[in-house]
Amino acid sequence: MSEARAPSTVGAAWLVARKDLAIEFRTRTAFFSALVFAVLALCIFYFAWDESIIAPAQRAPGVLWVVLAFSALLGLQRSFGIEEHDRGIDALLVSPISREAIYLGKAIGNLLFLCAIQLITIPALALFYNLPVGRPLLVVTGIVLLAMIGIVAIGTLFSAMAVNTRLAELLLPMLSLPFFVPILMNAAQATTRVLADRPLAESWPWLKILLAFDIVFVVACTLAFPFTLEE
Amino acid sequence: MADTPLPSSLTVELSLVSRTFGRRRAVDDVDLSLHAGDCLALFGPNGAGKTTLLRLIAGLLKPTSGSVRVCGHSLRDDAAARAHVGLISHQSMLYRALSARENVEFAASLYGVPDPRGAAVRALERMRILDRADAPVRALSRGLQQRVSIARAIVHEPSVVLLDEPYTGLDAAGGAALTEMLRLLRSSGASLILVTHNVEEGLAVASHAAVMLDGRIARHDDCATLDPPIYAGEYRELVLRGIDQEMSLDIGVSA
Amino acid sequence: MTFPSTSTPASARSVLSSGLATPKPVFDWFFAFAALSVLAVGVRAIYFTPVEALQGAAQKIYYIHVPAALGAYIGVSITAVMSIVYLWLHDDRADRAAEASAEVALLFLTVVLTTGPIWAHRIWGAWWVWWDMRLTFTLFLWFIVAAYLVLRDGIEDAAMRGRYGAVLAVLGALLIPFIHLSVYLFSARLHPMPVVLKPDKPSLPPEMLTTFLLSFVAFTLFCFALIRARYRIAVQRELVAAFEGDGGPR
Repeated sequence: MSEARAPSTVGAAWLVARKDLAIEFRTRTAFFSALVFAVLALCIFYFAWDESIIAPAQRAPGVLWVVLAFSALLGLQRSFGIEEHDRGIDALLVSPISREAIYLGKAIGNLLFLCAIQLITIPALALFYNLPVGRPLLVVTGIVLLAMIGIVAIGTLFSAMAVNTRLAELLLPMLSLPFFVPILMNAAQATTRVLADRPLAESWPWLKILLAFDIVFVVACTLAFPFTLEE
Repeated sequence: MADTPLPSSLTVELSLVSRTFGRRRAVDDVDLSLHAGDCLALFGPNGAGKTTLLRLIAGLLKPTSGSVRVCGHSLRDDAAARAHVGLISHQSMLYRALSARENVEFAASLYGVPDPRGAAVRALERMRILDRADAPVRALSRGLQQRVSIARAIVHEPSVVLLDEPYTGLDAAGGAALTEMLRLLRSSGASLILVTHNVEEGLAVASHAAVMLDGRIARHDDCATLDPPIYAGEYRELVLRGIDQEMSLDIGVSA
Repeated sequence: MTFPSTSTPASARSVLSSGLATPKPVFDWFFAFAALSVLAVGVRAIYFTPVEALQGAAQKIYYIHVPAALGAYIGVSITAVMSIVYLWLHDDRADRAAEASAEVALLFLTVVLTTGPIWAHRIWGAWWVWWDMRLTFTLFLWFIVAAYLVLRDGIEDAAMRGRYGAVLAVLGALLIPFIHLSVYLFSARLHPMPVVLKPDKPSLPPEMLTTFLLSFVAFTLFCFALIRARYRIAVQRELVAAFEGDGGPR
């Protein structure tokens, strides 16, 4: 064998992520489905309330986080589905890259995928709910990114597990949503205050929990991933 | 446990390897050694444990007991040892949305091959599928997909190649390309384990033959000492006798 | 214990030799005692404990509500610990115990979630109060335990079921502090401080205190009895499956 050296964990993760994004780019259906769902949901929610009773700007934080949670689930469904098809996962497992690299690569791919969707969803929210465009919206984008890290960490792991069960599409939301609860609660509270033009320091208690959640679960899910493989 | 290097030509060494799934012993105390250039044809009825054995050597499964060593490295202790192995299994392990070239290049990069692009081209050329390299895999027929799958498995020039019924789906041209590639691999020092149901086909390319029954190696021969038609007959009798024994255990009749 | 090897299928032979040979009865004297003690405490609570002045008869639900919560937390803790043991030692018994505890925990959680609103409606006038920390926390715990059981139900292979269940249980255990913190931050007011657990002196009159403590003991005993019974049911199921076919349980 020639002088081949297996890529490092980070390098291997990036290869896996790039491969996933290449597949996504090739087919594009999953991206558009999730995007259309998100924007459509924003519109539907608008009509759920009477704008004379509750101002759109007041509903915006709640609507945003509900829509983000469910569009994220749609996006995460496909994550391990492509590996299951022709056992592409076996090719990854036979290669010398570490199991953690496979998980991280999938997670990074999912994160980029979901962030791309949110980068369109957030301006759509501002448009439909007449939010002021400025610093608050930028901070909200930051909160969304922070939340997405936790959502992707959990969702990627459960996607790997759900794909091996019956009723995979129903199981993924059922497993993930309880874990999304702390993320959504804290992010929504912080978003409400930020959009109401309160100083960021007021939202800090909630953001702290979000940050702690991200750190704990990125580590925990990376360590848990090898247990989801049959070995 | 110190990792003592094996004599340089020993590529695969299994010592008392067992693998159980729940209460079922799929692989039962198997001892196996292969040297560089060997080709082992592995026969056996369905459910004998041949696929499980290949998956153990590929590092997809860990043995319940015993040790698996590839090119001097224990698979349990050294994940990098998986780099010496190439696997061709029942599923293609390809990504249908990507092209053949992209699939093989991706595989090459996972192994850290210095020039993934060039290595992919060479592998696809050897399997005579370079002309369709840029079509998405889903547009290829089953037989052509099989060729891409084989190219993917050998792009990193492994020392051990595991083939699980690789001739299935291949036409005459594909089969010829595969046989030629196996010959090339052997002459460059790789060891092969070929699982096949076609006894004549297996004996035509192999240097050793083994029969697996119920998780155990029932017999193991050097092909130089065998006469193919006689061996084929003995093999069929062995399999039938093995099946008879298993049935009599279950229904309480002494064999 | 040996069996003539020609008359028993291979799988059953291995099951019998692995210590599952003598199935223990599901409902035994301990179970009966625990069930009776719960009934006895119920009778004592209804007929032999004074009615509380402020809250009226509805306050008596407390004698079920709080001990049931304790039973639920015991069940959930056992599941979490057994899951760690299973991931570490791969012992099937730990997996069976984890599953049994989770089912019992779900039962107790349901009791908490039904008695809570009844009590809340009597006292506060609303069926559901989000600022009641224990109630909200119990609700989310219910979803986590339900997810655990649904996941297990969706997997055919016994080894995978054990592994996946254990992973979810451990992650769920990590999640609980975050749920607790988030609900705490969210609540405008806290759940009425548990009257019994004050540091200096419990402010309940002695008969109520006794009933309360007896109730805790009875529910805890019943919780363990239920888990044990459910564990034995699992053992029996596995034996039946082993004799019926060569696959694992189910």
